Parts: sequence; structure tokens; C-alpha cells
Amino acid sequence: MRAKTKYVTMPSKTILPERDAAREPVLECVNLGITLGGIKAVEDFNFTLGRTEIAGLIGPNGAGKTTVFNLLTKVYQPTTGTILLNGKDTHGMNTMQVNKAGIARTFQNIRLFKNLSVADNVKAAMNNDMHYNMLSSILRLPNYKREEIAAHRRALKLLSIFDMQDMADVRAGSLPYGAQRRLEIVRALATNPSLLLLDEPAAGMNPSETADLMDNIRKIHEMFQIAILLIEHDMSLVMNICEGICVLNFGHIIAKGTPDEIQSNPAVVEAYLGRKKEA
Amino acid sequence: MTMRRLINLKRVEARRIYLTYFIVIAAYVICQTMSSTKFLSSSMRGMLVPICAYMVMAISLNLVVGISGELSLGHAGFMSVGAFSGVATAILLQKVLPFAPARLAIAMIVAAIFAAIAGFLIGIPVLRLKGDYLAIVTLAFGEIIKSLLNNFYFGVDSGGLHFSMLTDTTRLLKGGRLIIRGPMGISGIQKIATFPAGFILVMIALMVVFNLVNSRSGRAFMAIRDDRIAAESIGLDITKYKMMAFVTSAALAGAAGALFAMNYSTIVANKFDFNTSILILVFVVLGGQGNMLGGIIAAAVLTILPEKLRQFSEYRMLLYAVVLIVMMLATNNAEIKYFLSRLNPFRRKEEAE
Repeated sequence: MRAKTKYVTMPSKTILPERDAAREPVLECVNLGITLGGIKAVEDFNFTLGRTEIAGLIGPNGAGKTTVFNLLTKVYQPTTGTILLNGKDTHGMNTMQVNKAGIARTFQNIRLFKNLSVADNVKAAMNNDMHYNMLSSILRLPNYKREEIAAHRRALKLLSIFDMQDMADVRAGSLPYGAQRRLEIVRALATNPSLLLLDEPAAGMNPSETADLMDNIRKIHEMFQIAILLIEHDMSLVMNICEGICVLNFGHIIAKGTPDEIQSNPAVVEAYLGRKKEA
Repeated sequence: MTMRRLINLKRVEARRIYLTYFIVIAAYVICQTMSSTKFLSSSMRGMLVPICAYMVMAISLNLVVGISGELSLGHAGFMSVGAFSGVATAILLQKVLPFAPARLAIAMIVAAIFAAIAGFLIGIPVLRLKGDYLAIVTLAFGEIIKSLLNNFYFGVDSGGLHFSMLTDTTRLLKGGRLIIRGPMGISGIQKIATFPAGFILVMIALMVVFNLVNSRSGRAFMAIRDDRIAAESIGLDITKYKMMAFVTSAALAGAAGALFAMNYSTIVANKFDFNTSILILVFVVLGGQGNMLGGIIAAAVLTILPEKLRQFSEYRMLLYAVVLIVMMLATNNAEIKYFLSRLNPFRRKEEAE
């Protein structure tokens, strides 16, 4: 269990971990909302994430958690509200630009480049860090070789975080399930994000794999000093590694707080288990 | 790893690339020797250049269909843009540049540029579409290019270059030459396309495609093909890379068109119709999407086959169709594939365990 994080309330009424209080939050959502097919899938989503905070987004099925991720990464354009990323308004940006601005994500149903090798999956994500042009690649000019070698080294280094460097030349689609999940995280990290969004990273994992995953998430948090927001149904994982938790139900935030606060919050218990019957 | 050993993709791919280069070079050496020792019939000799042109077409379309994952049905359109611009350039240069190979090279480069421009212009609307819609619109653009060229007049005289559409209003001065004559196309072409030139073009096309595929652009093409949403999420510019693949492919098709046209004395736009586009797609599908060597072999076989079937006179196209169906079935049959893979001498290390 991690040491409890001390939270402070900022003058702007946002709550940040004490260690991040001096710096601008990585993410600030103000009144974020979207209407999908006439239904308000997410409404009044106000949320702030500190520069190095690990937070969890939980809630029953259909609560709008993945919709929030899709809003943050601009898969959907929000109907109301603003998203500030590192203090910059992301209004009008598309998915690609949001990634360049610092958000990387994984997907609930794994989305790897199945026919590419493991290393190529990671190197594809480094594309924006590479600068040689088409002519250099066709003629194999020195800058092509230099950048390719550097990218390959970096890809192997990133893969080695999850102990996957030996699988670098294997087809990504042929990896076992757990390794595919890990590769998705490595690929996201390769884009140098300041905010990493993990959509159900432990889905389909057994308890020992989940325990490994927790260690790995802590490890990358320490190594890269980035903010991590994760959606997860596995409560042991959420309560263990998240410093702050935000609970969604029917598109609304019903509770925010530390793991201890959330566990004893009656609204959360009700959302998950239903109302207690009057005796 | 404790589990079964997984196939080393990088090694398999590298091997396939070297094998492709090797087979193309070997085939060239064999054909060239046979041709110079008069071992090859004259009809076969006449087919060497078209085969090379079709091989380049197969490689070029494979970049769009196999690597980039978009179905294009208008590839003959780019071939015709290249054919007409290339031949026109060669005719214009006839007096200035008497050295034929240099003229051919310049004509092919100009053809590639014109086809690339056509590819870019068509790519702007087309690449906004996906899947079947994209395929149908490329088909339409292929037909549009054909009709435009069928109504295009281009001449040269002492006063410079003259263009007109629909009817010939170029009114050339005496001594001028009407090069492109609408539906009559271009005639009186000097046949300067040679087998060695075709071989070089095939090698260049292979080099361009292989080197591009093994670069950041190629990774982007394939990433977008495999998962568009994930590709966007890692910051890949979908439009840019789709356009890059499309334009590169059009440029190669243009150069192939110029080579193809300069093997004949007359060329008309109707030669590059929907049937030709489909034929090229058949090369790609038969050879295996993304498999350059397969496409090259399919191009050669399917160009030679109709000639070899001539002895069956009226049953020729029927037999051609039957052979095509059998080949399609055979290359897509899992058991036959397995049998063929057992014959592959490189196989044992990766898959035997």
C-alpha cells in the first residue's frame, strides 16, 4: 500500500496533491459535457489532475468513463465545457494534435498494430520525434540510419521496462494477451506524454497478473514522473495505486476523494450495490 | 521465452526482401541471355517490356492496397497520365537529345511527376473516404482521366506548345506536329523502351517501396492500415501518410506507363481502362496483398499466359479465366498454403518447433 498522499486546496478551489501544488495541473476539465444521440452521456465533468498524480475514474458500466477518455483524446468533440491540457485550451484540436500536446492512451479492447512487430509498434509511436524525410528513407541517407538506430535503442529501452525486449521482433498480434496489454502501455509511453490514460488496464487479467501490472504502473510513474488517469473495475488495483478517485454514475460525478473517503461514501456504495431496503 | 517460440518477423521480412531482389535479378539475367542467344521467340521478346511495366504497376498498387490498406480501382488512370506525358516529353526531346536512353529516363521522370500531381489532386477528395467508397471513387477518377485524355489535343510548332480540349483548335503552324490527337492518342512513337530499362525501373520501384516500408513513413502506413484509431491516438497524421503512399504509388505507375507506351508505336487512352485497373489489382490480390514478390510473379505469369494460350484460339479467354480461378483458390487454400510452406527451405528454423 502506498503512503497516503496529502492533498491541498488551491485558491482556485481545485484540489491537488501537495507535491504538485506549485505547478500547473496537467489536466483541468471545466463543465465538460457531451450529448450523444440525445442522451447526456457526460455532464458537468469538473476535474483537475496534478502534474504527477495517479487518479482513478470508476463507476458502474455505462457511467460514461470511456466517454470521458474519448472526450479528452478528442475522439468526440465535447458539446459543452473546456479541457485545459498543461494550461492550454484543447478546443478545436483533433486526436493527433491532442497526442502531440501530451495525452497518450490505451484502449479497453486492445488496439495494437497487429501485423507490425513489437518494436515497430513502439517506433510508430515515436514518429513525431523523428525528422528524416521520405527521400532519406528511400536513399538510406546517414540521417535515416542515425535516427532509426536511436529509435530502435529507445524502443528496446522502453520495452525493457516491462521485460519485453526479447520479443521486439515478434508480430504484435501473436503476443499473449497480457503482453499485448503491456505493449499498448509502452506504445503510449513512446509518445512522451505528460498524461497517460489507461482504459481498464487489468481487464481480463488474473490476480497475479494484476499485481504485476500494479507494480509496473508504479514503476512507470516513478520513472517518467507523469500523471496517470485510469479506468478500472478491479477495486484492489484502484484502491492500491490511485491517490485520488473520481466516481461517475449516469454521466455525473457522484464522488471525489482519496481511496478511504470513497470507500466510505454512501453515494458510491449506492451506485455500486443499490439502495439499502427500508427495514 | 518459456512458451513456443514466436516467428521473428524482422528476419522473415529481411529474407523476403533479399529473395525478391535476387529473383528479379536472376530472372533478368536469364531472360537477357535467352534473348541475346535468340532462345526466346520474338513474341516473347516483345512482351519483356510490358511485363516489366506491369510488374512496376503491381509493386506500385501493392503500396496502396497491401501496405496502406486502401482499395484503389483507378490505377490505370495514373499509368495513362504517365504514358501520355512521358511519350509527349520524349517526342519533344527527340531533336534536342538524340541519346535514346537519356530521353527515356527523362520521359519516365516527367511521367512520374505528372502522375504524382494527378495522384495528389485526386487524393484530396478520395482519401477522405474509406473502404468501398474509396474504391468506387477511384474507379470513377480512373474513367475521368480516360475521358479527359480522349478529348485532349496537344501540339508543338515554332510558336511553342498548344493545348485544346474536345476539338482540335491548336491551329499549328507549318512544320508543327500534333502530338496528342484526342481519341487517336499518340502515334509514330519511337520504340525506345528496352528490357534493361524496364529491369532498372522494376529495381527502382522495389527499392522505393521496400525502403519506404522500412522507414517511419512505412510504419505509419501500416499502423494506419492496422488500426486507424490507435494510429491517431499516437499522433500519426492520417491524411498526410495516406497521401504520401497514394502519390508515391501514382508516381511509380506514371513511370511504368511511360515505359509501357514507348514499347509501342501507337498509344490510345482507351488502352488504360477499367479492365487494366482490374488486371493490375488481380496481380496484387493473386500475389498476396503486401507481398511484392508475389505481385511481380503474378504480373509476369498473367501477361505471358494469354499469349501461351493462343493455340487454343477461341477458348483462350475461357481458359485464362479458369486458370485464374484455380490459382486464386489454390493460393487461398489453407492446406495448399501449408503444403507450399513445407517446401520453403527457409521455413524450418521458425516454425518447426
